[in-house]
Order: sequence, then structure tokens, then C-alpha cells
Amino acid sequence: MTLLLLIAIPLCGGFLAWLLGRFHADAPRWISLAALGVGFILALDLGLEHWGAAGLANDNLWLLEYSHAWIPRFGISFHLALDGLNLLMVVLTFLIGILAVGCSWKEISTRVGFFHFNLMWVLAGVVGVFLAIDLFLFYFFWELMLVPMYFLIGIWGHEKRIRAALKFFIFTQASGLLLLLAIVALAFSHQSTSGVLSYNYMELLGTPLSEAAGMWMMLGFFIAFAVKLPVVPLHTWLPDAHTEAPTAGSVILAALMLKTGAYGLIRFVVPLFPDAAMAFAPIAMTLGVIGILYGAILAFAQTDLKRLVAYTSVSHLGFVLLGVFAWNELALQGVVMQMICHSFSTGALFVLVGALYERTHTRDLSRLSGLWAVAPKMGAMAMFFAMASLGLPGLGNFLAEILVLAGAYPVSIPLTALATVGLIFATIYSVRLVSRAFHGVNEGSWEFSDLSLREAAVLGVMVVGLIWLGLYPQPVLDAAAPTLSHLLSVMQR
Amino acid sequence: MNTTDLIALSPLLIVGLSAVAILLLISLRRNHRAVATLALGGLALAMASIPQAAAVAPHHIAPLMMADGYALFYSALLLAASFVVGLLSFDYLEQRGEQREEYYVLLLLATLGGLVLVGANHFVSLFLGLEILSVAIYVMVAYARSSPLAAETGIKYLILAGTSSAFMVFGMALVYAQTGTLEFGPMAAQLMQMEDFGLALPGMAMMLVGVGFKLAVVPFHMWTPEVYQGAPVPVTAFVATVSKGAMFALLLRFFAAFEADEAQPIMNILGLLAIASMLAGNLLALLEDNVKRLLAYSSIAHLGYVLVAFLAESSFGDEAVTFYLVAYFISTLAAFGVISVLSDGKSEADRMEDFRGLYWRRPMLATLMTAALLSLAGIPLTTGFVAKFAVVAAGVKAALWVPVFALALGSAIGLYYYLRLVVVMLSPVNPTDDSNSEATATDDAMSTRAPNPAILRPKKVPIGPAFALSILAIFLLGLGVLPTPLMDFIKSSVSELR
Repeated sequence: MTLLLLIAIPLCGGFLAWLLGRFHADAPRWISLAALGVGFILALDLGLEHWGAAGLANDNLWLLEYSHAWIPRFGISFHLALDGLNLLMVVLTFLIGILAVGCSWKEISTRVGFFHFNLMWVLAGVVGVFLAIDLFLFYFFWELMLVPMYFLIGIWGHEKRIRAALKFFIFTQASGLLLLLAIVALAFSHQSTSGVLSYNYMELLGTPLSEAAGMWMMLGFFIAFAVKLPVVPLHTWLPDAHTEAPTAGSVILAALMLKTGAYGLIRFVVPLFPDAAMAFAPIAMTLGVIGILYGAILAFAQTDLKRLVAYTSVSHLGFVLLGVFAWNELALQGVVMQMICHSFSTGALFVLVGALYERTHTRDLSRLSGLWAVAPKMGAMAMFFAMASLGLPGLGNFLAEILVLAGAYPVSIPLTALATVGLIFATIYSVRLVSRAFHGVNEGSWEFSDLSLREAAVLGVMVVGLIWLGLYPQPVLDAAAPTLSHLLSVMQR
Repeated sequence: MNTTDLIALSPLLIVGLSAVAILLLISLRRNHRAVATLALGGLALAMASIPQAAAVAPHHIAPLMMADGYALFYSALLLAASFVVGLLSFDYLEQRGEQREEYYVLLLLATLGGLVLVGANHFVSLFLGLEILSVAIYVMVAYARSSPLAAETGIKYLILAGTSSAFMVFGMALVYAQTGTLEFGPMAAQLMQMEDFGLALPGMAMMLVGVGFKLAVVPFHMWTPEVYQGAPVPVTAFVATVSKGAMFALLLRFFAAFEADEAQPIMNILGLLAIASMLAGNLLALLEDNVKRLLAYSSIAHLGYVLVAFLAESSFGDEAVTFYLVAYFISTLAAFGVISVLSDGKSEADRMEDFRGLYWRRPMLATLMTAALLSLAGIPLTTGFVAKFAVVAAGVKAALWVPVFALALGSAIGLYYYLRLVVVMLSPVNPTDDSNSEATATDDAMSTRAPNPAILRPKKVPIGPAFALSILAIFLLGLGVLPTPLMDFIKSSVSELR
């Protein structure tokens, strides 16, 4: 029941925000904040409730389950389940949601109610994607989160928003249809061997598939998640969507939506199609390394700050792909860490760029310089998150990337070596970002106010998060451990 | 004819009698409101008689008609759609000063034709239903006589429909020559005993011309954009739903009598038609700036989707076909309903420009239009999503990989034009002002730059269309979230088919 609440709270909060937005512009903001706060506490409480001496203690795989028949004709049930992995992601979703509301408090001044409605529905869709354990339900939420995101980009975005929104929608929807085909094909293959039509993930695990069928279905899943992640040849929607979206949209895209792709890879692609995934692993890992290097090089070449940050996402999430297909404990721990740390570091960079844009109305790196003197707090924050992004030891991203590399090393030494080069590129683009924008002479004679208390609070949360994850990541690793060991055991069978 | 026959036929009888009653009423006194009420009452009464008819179902009204659960389900669907069209028509016609009353006779007759088609079990009743339907539609599409497009549209539809009917009759004759029977069941049994279909194969292929024309699948789709554009909006809605739905119900019944692999040559042809429709329909819609034409091309693609489930040739596929048609009816009627409400006495709101900034002018209508378009695109929370899933499931289960991939590709292309319309509705009212300021929503409502000033003037949605649209909205979303009751109902209704 609590699981249902976790989805219902943002849905209802969104509706309420829309309704009350007619009366006062601040009402939707406070309602969203309150609803997300409740959701955050609820999710965190669920975690603490099951927290034992050695992390999340539970006899069976799921801490909590909710199931209700939905479309029995197709064997579909409304089936949610919680384990350590998706608990982490749900807590993260609510936290990022709160920060997204915080960072758009002043930025969004038109149609505030409808904005928050869309924001909350995206979040509800993301929570649903993380919790759904019925594949049809998963697909339902997977598609559900697209429409409000499309509106967020299409209505409140920057100059070329319509094109970016369309591109985003068509890329994700087209790949989603392949996912649907693969899901249906998998369910029917399962039916032909077991006689039961079911979309339940737990039942579909271990469905015997012929080599070719397994590969095709795996590719259907993989392409859908690869578009979201994004994996390099399929990434072209991302820079546009991130750049044109409003700050909150960029934050949610980078911090949450891309993670749904990563989550899908871990939860579905490899466990459901172990043989096909292993056959495909060398290609996938190569794509991951290409993403790391290509994203970093393009990030270096950008002059638009938002595009720069967007390309760093491509680079950082290459590590996720590399780690997932290395498929060992170290690498998966690294992937989970990367999913969370990237949310904070990249989310924060988008918040900063958004704050800068609000003040200067430009994101052009060639027009910005010497801003440290104008806004020292902003400069310090940018410095911090750039350091996090390049993988400074002591911050979460370092740990995540090192774990992935350590996990990938025994699988493929050349690919790991190449991926390591990505860390150097990351240093170059991060240093360039800070030195161009904040150091040097203030040639544009910019003058504007420094970070407000609200903005500083939003960024402060992320600073604390990254330091905590960097110094004491054990709780996160413990939380994910039971799930990861279960997933690894599926593979060995 | 005995009482059971009469009860089983009561929906048809009531609709037919209502048409006659309206004719008599018009000859006494012209009163638009009274006539419309009588027509809607007749449709409602016919619908209310369906449970009675269901009590005696399945009943064979020898040898022409079959009143089984399947026929009655489709009858209810057609009657409901006609009812919605009737509600939309009243206010549409009210704004136009032409002779309005005869329209309802035609509407009822066309519905009657549809009802005959879904119950047809015999070539004679098939042709009878088809012609009643077609002849009424000839006049309906040309009903707005003052419109310059009306005559052209009417002639175009008349000639093409007449030609396709001729093909159909000739095809029937060939099939009859081979089998010596006009009844579906015995005919299929005869054909299945034969080595090959002989003359019946070209015969059935020629019949497909007639069927394809009514369904507007590629390559028999040429009339669709012109007729959709030229006909009055409620009539377009009728042609898009009732006429196509009745024909599809007939197609399904006809081929359900055959064993799956017996009709393979015909199925191969239909498979090609389906793939061509999904791709061509979606591609042609990309360039359209006229919303009615856009929906015409989109409907071509949608009939292609339904054909994919039809090709599965299983009761699973029959259910998917039926569910998809229901979803298609709801979404299409909602979309045309919004266009109809936005239209005024002088012109129809069928250009993209007429929808610019609709969100900020008429939020409810814009939201419903968006929901209808998203349903057509197959996005979750709408009935179109579940329907598309059912079709994909039926196609995958029957391993129809090529059509299913064409469906996926077509849907992806289709998104572009549905979203284009959504984007236009989201844009600021004044096309030159592309900023995000709140002012655009309110101040520019009076702007003369905007295309159709009459449309910008917010008027209240009249009670009839408001009622119809609310019901459609409820079903549009309700069936997207809780499809199970309808699915179970469809399952029990179509189970007698195979």
C-alpha cells in the first residue's frame, strides 16, 4: 500500500498544484514541495524500517510488495515491489524532485500550476518505472513520464524548444515501441513454455529462449534503454533536450530520466537475457567506452554551457554502460554509485548554469569570464561540482568511476585503459569550464547578485550528498548489496 | 417472421421506424429541435432494445441475418457513435440556415445500413446494408450545399463508392459461381473442401476492392482526405467511425468462417494492404496543414493497425480488433467533436492555425483534443494505449513480424504529426509573439492577427456537444486505466465468432 502511495502522492500533488495554481502562483510551489517532502520521508522511512545490522535485512528479495490484478486477460497485474536498489532510486527521485522545485522557484513565472503538474507527473512516472515489477506496468510508466516531460521542454524551454521536445519524444517513443514488442514477445515465449501468460518479472526470469530470439528481444530492451541512457549513436536527442529545457527539466532529465535507462539495463536486460547479454557485452562495453571519450571530447568543444554539461552526461553514463556489461559485483556497485553521484554533480551543474542564465541571459562561454569576482559563492560552487565531475578523490564520483574501472579491468584490460583516458578528458573540460567562466578578467563587465539563500540551499544539499557519498558510501552499497547479489546469482544459474 | 425474429431485429426496426416517423413529421411541420430529439430518442431506444435482443441471441434470422453477441456488440457501438454524431450535428446544423431536418433521416438510414452490415450473414444482406449505408452517405457528405466543396465531395464519393460497389457485386457473383451459395458459413465450408478456390479467389479479391474502399486502406484511400475535408464535420466523424467500423465487423465475420490457413492468399493481400496503409497513411499525414485531412490520413494508418490484429486470425485477434475499433471510435469522435464545437456558422475550424494557442483560450477543449490525439498516438492513460497494446500482442502472438514492425515504425512517424498539433495548441495565441510571457495568453485573445476571429471568441459549449464530449472524455481515460470490464465483455461477445 505504501508503494502505491509513493506513486499516488506526486500524482495527486500535481493535480492539486494545477488546480490551486489559478488562485496563487506560490500555491503550486508549496504544494509540490510538501508532497515531495512527504514522499521523501515515506521512502526514507521504508528504508530505515528494514535496516538491520548488515544493511537491508530481509528474508526474501522484496522488502515490500503490492499486487493487484489489472488486465487479467493479458496476465497483467498492477505489481509494485521494493528492494534496496529501487529504494535508493526512489529516495533519490524525491530528493531531486524537491531540489528541482527549489531551483525553479523564481525561474518559472508563467502557468506555474501547469508547470508543477507536469513536474510532479514526470516524477510519478519515474517512481513508477523504478517500482514496477510487472513488465507491462513498467512500460506504462516508461511512456507515461514522456508526455509531461515533453510539455516541460515544449512550453517552458528556451528558443529552440519545440524542435528539441519533438526530437526527445520521437527518439524515446520509437525506441519504446521496440521495448513493447520485446516485452510482448518475451511474455508469449514464456507462455509457450510454461502455459501461463504473465508479465511478472519474477516469473519471466529464466525463460528459456532460443539464441536468435533472445538476442532480438535483448536488443529491443537494450535499444530503449540505450536511447535513454544515452549510448553514443543514439544520444543526439540529449544535448538538444537538455539545452532547451528549463532548469528543472534539465535537472530531472539528467538526474532521473537517464537513470531509468541505467536501471532498466541492470534490472531487465542482463537478468532476463543472460546469454544474449553476455554475447553482446563486448559490443556494449565498447559503446560505453566510445561514449566516455566521445562525450568528453564534445564537452570540451562546446561554448554553450548547458550543452557542455549535457555532453558530460554522455561521458559519465558511458561508465554505467561499461559497468553493467562487465557484470560483476565491483562494477555494479560502481554503477549504482555513479547513478546517484552523477545525479548530484550534473544536476548541480545544471542548477548553476540555470542560475547564471537567469542573471546574465546567456550561456555562451565565450561571453562569460571573470565571474568569480562578481559572484564568489557561485564560483566556489562551480569549482566544487566541476571537481566532483572530474572525479576528485573524496567525492562520490571518484569512487563510482574507480569501482567501475576496477570491475571492468578483469573483463577487458584494453577497454578499461581507454575508459581511464576519459578521466583525463574530464579534467580538461572541467578545468576549462571553471577557468573560462570564473577566472580571468571580467571582460563583459558583468554585475549581478550572488547565489540567493534558496539557490545556496539547493546546491548545499548536493554538496553534502557528494561529500557523504565520497567519504562514507557504505550505506548505499549495503542497501544495494542484496539486490546486486540476487541479480548476480541469476546470471550464474 | 415470428416474435423472436422481431425481438432480435428490434434495434434495426426501431432505427428504421424512427426514420419513417421523422419523414412524416417533416411533412407536417419543420422543427429542427423536435426532429433531432426524435432521431436521438430513436437511437437511444434502439440501444435500449439491445439487451432484449441479447436475451434471444444467438438467433439466426434465416437466411440473411445473424443476431448474435458479436452483431449486438457492434450494433451498440454503431448506435452509440451515431448518437454522439447526432448530438454534434444538432448544434452544427443549428448555426447553418439550410434545410436541416432531412439530415436526421439520412443519419438514421446510414446507421440502419451499418446495423444490417454487422449482422449480415449472407451476400444479399451484405450488399443491402452496404448500399443503404453508402447511399445515405452520398447525400450526407454533400449536405452543406452552400459550401463550394460540397458538390465536388459528393460527386467524388458517389463515383468512387459506386465503382467499388460494382467491383464488390461482380466479386460476389464470381464467388457464387464457384460455390453456388450466398451464405457465409456454407460458402466457407464449400471452399474449404475444394482443392483451390478457383473462381472464388478472383471473386474475393474483387470484393476486397469494395471492402478496401469503405475502410479506406491503401491503395483505395484516395477519396479519404477530400471527403473528410469537404464533408461537414459531424458527417466526417460518421464516415470515419460508423461506416468503417461496420465494414470491419463484416470483414471479420466473413473471414472468421474460414480456417486460418485456408484463406492465406487473401490474407497475404490484406497483409500488404495493412503495411502499405500504416506507412503511407502516416507519411502522407506529415505534410498536412488541414486537421481534417490530417485525421483522414491518420485514420488510414489506424485501419492498417486494426488489420494487423485481424491478420492474427484468432479469437485473441478478434478481441484486439474489437477493442481497437472501440478505442478508435472514441478517440476519433472526440477529435472531430472538438473540431465541430470550435467551428462556427461560416467556417470550420479545420486549419492548424485555428488551433493555435487553444490551450490558453479554451483549456478544456484543448485538453480533450490532446487526450484524443495522444490516444490515437497510443500514449498511456488513454484507451488508445491499451488498444495498441492489444493489437501488438495479437500480432506478436501470431508471429506477424513484418506487419508488427511496420506498426511500430508507423506509430513512431505518426507521433510527429499528432504532437505537431499539440504544439500548435500550446503555442502563444499570436504567432509573432514567441515569448513565454503570461500576457500572450490573455491580451492577444482579441488580436486580429490570429486567423479566425470568430474562433477566438470564447463561446460556451452548447449542452449537447458538451454532454457528448464529457462522455467521450470519461471513456477515453477510463478505458485507458480500467480496460478489464470492456475487455471481458468483448471477449464474451466475440467468442461465438470462431
